Amino acid sequence: MLCDDCGRNEAVVHIVQIGPNGRVEKNLCETCAARYGQFMVSGRQNKDVSMDDFLKGIFSSNTRRAAAPAGKELTCPNCGMSYKDFEQTGKIGCSVCYETFRGQLEPLLRRIHGSNVHRGKIPRRSGGKLALKQTIETLRAKLRESIEQEAYEKAAQYRDRIRELEGQMQQEKGGEGDVR
Amino acid sequence: MSVNDLMRSRTLKWLNTGGNNGDVVLLSRIRLARNLRQIPFPNRADYNALAQVELQLDKTIPQIVEGLGQPFDRLDMEHISALQRQVLIEKQLISSNLVKNPQHRIAYISDDRRITIMANEEDHIRIQCTLAGFDLDHAWRLASDIDDCIENQVNLAFDEKMGYLTSCPTNLGTGMRASVVLHLPGLVYSRNMDSIVNLSPQLGLAVRSLFGTKENPSCIYRISNQLTLGLSEEELIENLKSTVNEIVAHERAARKALLYYMKDDVEDRIWRAYGTLRYARSLSEGELFGLLAKVRLGLDLKIIDEVSPECYGELLVGGRTSYLRNFAENENLSANEVDRLRAAHVRETLTRHRIGREE
Ligand SMILES: [Zn+2]
Ligand SMILES: [Zn+2]
Repeated sequence: MLCDDCGRNEAVVHIVQIGPNGRVEKNLCETCAARYGQFMVSGRQNKDVSMDDFLKGIFSSNTRRAAAPAGKELTCPNCGMSYKDFEQTGKIGCSVCYETFRGQLEPLLRRIHGSNVHRGKIPRRSGGKLALKQTIETLRAKLRESIEQEAYEKAAQYRDRIRELEGQMQQEKGGEGDVR
Repeated sequence: MSVNDLMRSRTLKWLNTGGNNGDVVLLSRIRLARNLRQIPFPNRADYNALAQVELQLDKTIPQIVEGLGQPFDRLDMEHISALQRQVLIEKQLISSNLVKNPQHRIAYISDDRRITIMANEEDHIRIQCTLAGFDLDHAWRLASDIDDCIENQVNLAFDEKMGYLTSCPTNLGTGMRASVVLHLPGLVYSRNMDSIVNLSPQLGLAVRSLFGTKENPSCIYRISNQLTLGLSEEELIENLKSTVNEIVAHERAARKALLYYMKDDVEDRIWRAYGTLRYARSLSEGELFGLLAKVRLGLDLKIIDEVSPECYGELLVGGRTSYLRNFAENENLSANEVDRLRAAHVRETLTRHRIGREE
């Protein structure tokens, strides 16, 4: 099937527009669909693309389906959502889903946002944990270095400090349930 | 403040004039989406899970109240009428998503009406802060402080790489939607609006017209960031701000041009709009928005000087259909009855705001 907008490329995305004449369904190529992705809500009168419908379309595009593992279908251990559910609703089920479907979601995030890496605010408490993690990494490097130099007394000090911090991190985790 | 006051009040601080760049920028808003770890997102949650979210958020409110030094109204969407929900939506105090299924949907609204925290909207927690004029930085700081206060007391879903985890991947990362609402009569009447609408997607922004109709343009537009991942909140806000600054400059230039090239015509249209609002006996909502756009332009250009600019915000609130139905305590008013009531309300408001009126 050819793209309804350009009529040149193969249509891979199905979208639904809600316009003055009711629902208008379109099959689009990836290039043309990308335009809708950036411009989900048109400011012009009566030309709104329903976000939900659009997502339903983009998530169930043929290219994504190929990414699903053959055979048994992966589901989220916490909420039971399958990737197929997500393709149908455009909505994620819970925070654990993001971990479960990370592999499938990352290319999608790059398509939506042009990036898959968060660069904004970090919550203070998780931020504290991040800092703790980084400290432990630094200490581990120092530990390796000390062992190489056969400075065993120093190494033992680093080892104890690492254990202490790891215990602290474990405790914080325990107090909050799973990290996710 | 009682729920009744919340419904009937016609003033919203962030619709007041006199804010930063208030001749063009009506208001600024920051919205943050947050979720709790492990609990299924509202679209996949049963009543039990929704109740858990409600309970957890309830517990965070006292510390927010203390931190901000002002009380919050707690509105359970299941326990107010459908009409009251519509009034809150008209006033932009809640989103329409909150009332699709009212069970365990809560809105906490600050006494000054600048802050709404919603439980079980599309995400577990939505924080929105709205300020008059062009003031995104302040709104972001306020929203972020409330976020900190909540994060201090509950376990938020956050991933080191993907950021704040949201029900819809389009909000992922910062979970932030920054927006400004602009009044652009100069660009609309000079037919320059399309070029701005067409340019916005390339800038990662969305432009949407609010209220009004094709025949009766309200000239009110909301501009917001579309991307939420890969840039910091400050960068997203800067991007929006620089575009808004340009639009403001274009709008002012367009107003100047209108006045320069067709002053008599502009003045005539503005006064006719004002006259209609002052004396009409029946007004549709669309007609009100169309006339109000011209009156607001007249106020900003100091062409109309016999009424205080504060009438504009009051008419935007008190001229709405659900507001009027609720005010009349009759949700079954016919369209004609509502239009007559609207005209009466508009006349009363304009009279009350007249400057130097004889007693
Ligand atoms: Zn195409
Ligand atoms: Zn899940």
